[in-house]
Amino acid sequence: MNVNYMFSLVAVLVLILLAYAGAGAAGFTTFFGVFIPYLALVIFIGGFVSRVMDWARSPVPYRIPTTAGQQKTLPWISYSYTDNPSSNAGVVLRMILEVLLFRSLFRNTTVEVKDQKLIYRLEKWLWLFALAFHYSFLTVVIRHLRFFLEPTPFFIVWLEKLDGFLQLGLPGIFLSGFVLLAATLLLLARRIFSPKMNYISLASDYFPLILIIAIAATGLLMRYVAKIDVTAAKELTLGLATFRLAVPEGISGLFYIHLFLVCVLLIYFPFSKLMHLGGIFMSPTRNLANNSRAVRHVNPWNYPVDVHTYEEYEDEFREKMVEAGLPVEKGA
Amino acid sequence: MASKILFDKGKVIAGIVIFLALLTFPFIYNLGKAAPAPEPELTPKAKAAKVCVRDTEYMNKEHMQLLDVWRDTSVREGKRIYVSPNGTAYEMSLSNTCLDCHSNKAEFCDRCHNYASVDPYCWDCHIDNPKEAQ
Repeated sequence: MNVNYMFSLVAVLVLILLAYAGAGAAGFTTFFGVFIPYLALVIFIGGFVSRVMDWARSPVPYRIPTTAGQQKTLPWISYSYTDNPSSNAGVVLRMILEVLLFRSLFRNTTVEVKDQKLIYRLEKWLWLFALAFHYSFLTVVIRHLRFFLEPTPFFIVWLEKLDGFLQLGLPGIFLSGFVLLAATLLLLARRIFSPKMNYISLASDYFPLILIIAIAATGLLMRYVAKIDVTAAKELTLGLATFRLAVPEGISGLFYIHLFLVCVLLIYFPFSKLMHLGGIFMSPTRNLANNSRAVRHVNPWNYPVDVHTYEEYEDEFREKMVEAGLPVEKGA
Repeated sequence: MASKILFDKGKVIAGIVIFLALLTFPFIYNLGKAAPAPEPELTPKAKAAKVCVRDTEYMNKEHMQLLDVWRDTSVREGKRIYVSPNGTAYEMSLSNTCLDCHSNKAEFCDRCHNYASVDPYCWDCHIDNPKEAQ
């Protein structure tokens, strides 16, 4: 038992009950189907942009070479072009590897003592789960554009074909949804069952994970088990995207739970650790070339110091200095 | 403390513009388009029949599951008779039973399928209502 994940779990359950009672039982469908989504979008965009602007206003005076490769130095020492880039092209490559393939996580190591020896091993599980989670989530998000675009553009149709290539069951299963649920469950299990991870995990680590698990679970339920009226659901979502608001009858409470949890995720996003979506592009340790030895970087917040030189000092006090018998450089 | 200066202004603004463009893409894509929810059209024969193999709400949500079960039972087990909960027996056949009433694929099936971006592979074999040879 851990107060941090119990708190997050209870919070998500309360949110589910809130949406179910509000939209499902009490019938506040316009509030949960129109007002909350728009509010969430505005808070998400506003919060996201203001966080990024805040970071952009923080000066980064020096290059921070927390790198894992040989720095560029003498010509006969080969250096690491992407792990310790000295040029902008190298930085772009490093950023691509970081953003698309999570290069830093791939470097993750673990330490253990075996036969009284300290052993470092590569630890790839986190990288694998993280990659599976992020890419399946991206696929799911892009696939959901079919509810917001009419007619559905070709790339979504292609993605659906690719995602459902197993052609199992009807409605055909989309792999990304199941991978998303499995990966988030594994990431959660890692935090709960690994004592070290458990010790450093906070409610702000558990809450987004449990929230996304609930979103994935409700989504899978709606598609495969307690099916909803997809046409009515699209009428609502497309209404949001075209500002022709429509809240059709007969959409089940499950849909509103799903929608509400997504809105909570969007509202929570800018104020949470999830902002690493924007933050990864703003990371000084990733997006700056390590060229401190080649280029002089001046601290932009250096205060303009008024310098009072000794010559000026002597000019000011020369007479008094002479009177007191102090030696002066220029004669009085 | 954050200063007033925006460092790397060009890159930051470009990034934010891309972010906003991605987020507002659905609004821009749909601009000026009215896309009302489709109404599947019933043929006179379907209207006259009044009932489908199951009630409308069930068919609306579960017809794909039903067809999947029909396919498996008829093709793999060789059983071709489906008895609905109200006791009526139907032949388990997309071409002979479903498409007999709903012979207007474009106005009945496709409208919702296109709207929801669903592309079932039923029609790979069952091309537009040919009657199966008995």
